[in-house]
Amino acid sequence: MNHVNFDETLVIRNIEGETSSEILKHMAANLYQKGYVKESYAEAVIAREKKFATGLPTNGCGVAIPHTDIEHVNQSAISVGILKKPVEFGIMGEETERTPVKLVFMLAMHDSHSQLTMLQSLMGIFQDEEILLYLAKEESEVKIKEEVSKRLNLNNMKGGE
Amino acid sequence: MSEVRKGKKTVLVACGTGIATSTVVSDAIEKMAKENNIQIEIVQCKVTEVPAYESRASLLVTTTIVSKEYPFPIINARAFLTGIGLDKLKEQILEELKK
Repeated sequence: MNHVNFDETLVIRNIEGETSSEILKHMAANLYQKGYVKESYAEAVIAREKKFATGLPTNGCGVAIPHTDIEHVNQSAISVGILKKPVEFGIMGEETERTPVKLVFMLAMHDSHSQLTMLQSLMGIFQDEEILLYLAKEESEVKIKEEVSKRLNLNNMKGGE
Repeated sequence: MSEVRKGKKTVLVACGTGIATSTVVSDAIEKMAKENNIQIEIVQCKVTEVPAYESRASLLVTTTIVSKEYPFPIINARAFLTGIGLDKLKEQILEELKK
């Protein structure tokens, strides 16, 4: 299956910004620097977020999953951003409602339908208050990487819900 | 896809890009339909592509804003992502599928 790039250099802690666009710009620049996305990705993901917001009012702390069309991506990757202070994102599927977001999971998807398991595991993280609070607090990028990688591959062994 | 039986409902699952959240939601609805022995056809698409399926769809399940009016019910699927209010959402979808 299509490989999803993820390592500790894609974990960014203490991101500062006033708006969701500033946060996205920062994270997209890092993905671009590593060659996973095209130069057009940053602008596309910001535009997409304005049109189709991706903030989710999850239990524990709010998350967002910004992403955009596959044409802006070179290789699939995921980047985790931990914001210094929560920033308001629009709530997915709502016209005007906003939610404070602490954790940003930026998705660079290169294939349309191949990432079901990874995405399902990601939603598993969103539904687990304990892990969200841990990720928000942990100070080691390596530990965050290890925990997220474990979760995203663990799907087959996960017990029934 | 070509063997759409008469009476088999077409369920549209849409998100902004048609690649991320709609993938998760499509799979969840497919499992629900199977568990309940309901035959449905699921079409995963971008929300901007919904008008193309307007004539054959019975239900739209989406994670994004839908600004247009459609002749079929629209259900917000965010609970599949957050887990908050999931039972209620499943009930709501099942009710539509059984109609």
